[in-house]
Amino acid sequence: MSEKPTMIQALNRALHDAMAADDSVVVFGEDVGPLGGVFRVTDGLAETFGEGRCFDTPLAESGIVGMAVGMAMNGMRPVVELQFDAFAYPAFEQIASHVAKIGNRTRGRVRLPMVIRIPYGGGIGGVEHHSDSSEAYYAHTAGLLVVTPATNTDAYGLLRAAIEHPDPVVFLEPKRQYFTREELEPGPVPPIGEAVVRREGADATLIAYGPSVPVALAAAEQAAAEGRDLAVVDLRSIVPFDDETVTASVRRTGRAVVVAEAPGFASVASEIAARVSERCFHHLEAPVRRVTGFDVPYPPPRLEQHHLPGVDRVLDAVDDLQWEDA
Amino acid sequence: MAQLVRLIDETGAVVTDDPPLPAPEVLLDGYRRLVLARRLNDQASALVRQGRLAVYPSSHGQEACQVAAAAVLAETDWLFPTYRDAAAIAARGVDPAEVLVLLRGDWHCGYDPIATRVAPQATPLATQLPHAVGVGHAARLKGEDTVVMALCGDGATSEGDFHEALNFAAVFASPVVFLVQNNKYAISVPLTRQTAAESLAAKGTGYGVPAVRVDGNDLAALTVVLTEAVARARRGEGPTLVEADTYRIQAHTNADDPSRYRDEAEVEQWRPRDPLLRLRAHLTTTGVLTPEREAEITAAAEEMAARLRERMGRDSAPDPAELFAHVYSTPTPQLREQAAQLAAELSGVGS
Repeated sequence: MSEKPTMIQALNRALHDAMAADDSVVVFGEDVGPLGGVFRVTDGLAETFGEGRCFDTPLAESGIVGMAVGMAMNGMRPVVELQFDAFAYPAFEQIASHVAKIGNRTRGRVRLPMVIRIPYGGGIGGVEHHSDSSEAYYAHTAGLLVVTPATNTDAYGLLRAAIEHPDPVVFLEPKRQYFTREELEPGPVPPIGEAVVRREGADATLIAYGPSVPVALAAAEQAAAEGRDLAVVDLRSIVPFDDETVTASVRRTGRAVVVAEAPGFASVASEIAARVSERCFHHLEAPVRRVTGFDVPYPPPRLEQHHLPGVDRVLDAVDDLQWEDA
Repeated sequence: MAQLVRLIDETGAVVTDDPPLPAPEVLLDGYRRLVLARRLNDQASALVRQGRLAVYPSSHGQEACQVAAAAVLAETDWLFPTYRDAAAIAARGVDPAEVLVLLRGDWHCGYDPIATRVAPQATPLATQLPHAVGVGHAARLKGEDTVVMALCGDGATSEGDFHEALNFAAVFASPVVFLVQNNKYAISVPLTRQTAAESLAAKGTGYGVPAVRVDGNDLAALTVVLTEAVARARRGEGPTLVEADTYRIQAHTNADDPSRYRDEAEVEQWRPRDPLLRLRAHLTTTGVLTPEREAEITAAAEEMAARLRERMGRDSAPDPAELFAHVYSTPTPQLREQAAQLAAELSGVGS
């Protein structure tokens, strides 16, 4: 029996299948060619499809994204890798000023079917600049789709969907889960913009995405042992945001905790808390709580466990939801 | 410093036969385009004063660069202009009224970049240059015969994207011609504050990109230099950097006050070097430009200006619903809600 694939292998398979299905899909970035990427997500692509389809570039992120814009303008579907969350920042002007806006700028005459893959988030013992949760920058920029998988099946499906999408997608890969082994479940590619209820529950809803989904599921597991029945919603897409699924769950449970590892101030978690409060106010038994990273620069490896929201912190927040028996 | 390529001097005299001048009919056509470009610049500036345009960064005095950049391209080639290159876009054949949609404030880009093969005008500096490389690289991968003309100014050469684009273009041997219009000022900051290099062309050396300095007010020299750069790109020999030595005769925009940072005496030195004056002198002396032809060209320019005044004189009413229409290929549920909210407000139904 063959070993279950890692998330890296799921992503690699998605790239491989997308390139095999469509000649206009090209993969490029730093170290993605013969090396196969520092995390091996592009392993074997240059060999299989040739260096015209998968190639290394000079080490310059703005140039990489800018070149992808031009290639997308000229009929290709570029998938670029920016090696780490914090190494993507040199490309931010290209992303914010052009990738996000060219479709709008040109009244839809120029669409940019491109994907910017970014391994993101902490929990890997990385030195500074290797662990940022940078999703809020992209989510705040109108014109981008922002997607982050939490399972291997979604890693495959969402990456295929992102590559096929006519609009630019920032594809955030939770590198903490890169080596998680899980069977890929066959099935249709999940549409971008649809959250999924990972666990039904009656007492409270945990809302999470990417690397915080396993934390939320573990917390729900532990809460169940303690007699509380928690639902877990995995957003999958930060943009577009699936208000419907989130709202439906919170209206059922009447309580919500948002879990995300990015600093909480002006964050995606804050936006979710605000949306849920606006839409579910009369169903809520308690204020919506956020369990996030602290408002500090990402900590050094030996301190990161204090920063990352863990099961205990999530359960403390759940305990704080003004239960009648408290 | 690399020698400056100049074929026709300020008096209209031919200064060299190596390289040879373009054919007289090419120069006459170029002259006609110069007159149209000048008329467009000055008409657009007038429209700003009349309140019909929000702003117009004029290329008055730089029209030779504008005209040559467009004239040397084939239909399948691409042009990547900046905010100051409206005249180049018009020279490429785009309706000036569509070009001015941006500066009128109706939308961010008024023409179809795919149909015209002209990218939207870039306002952030140098950011369009990596796009140009991408278009060129995609063309190469697809085996298409496409050359990309990428424009920028002297200030943009200080931006990271200028360096990244030249470097990428060289590494991938992309069919791109980088034309730097060195007009000596980035708003108020003079060239001496942009670079300590002996020239902007010298920057090509660091990337292995051949570079040429050319008199940016000499349409003949520009035509020859850019034609060769385009041909070189088309042969698959990679990018060329062309530094055009010119001058921004007018203010950065109508909102600028050049008296705060440069002497009028400096501007006066450049007036006699005007690209129209010198080509007119040359073509008149050589008998190519007759009074009849001059009159025809002037009439064509006036007709273009009158059409533009008429188009810009019409009241426009941008549709607020369009705010939400193009952000994504399909509006998100949130944008649909917001569009409905604005529509309700506008119909007086909103609370």
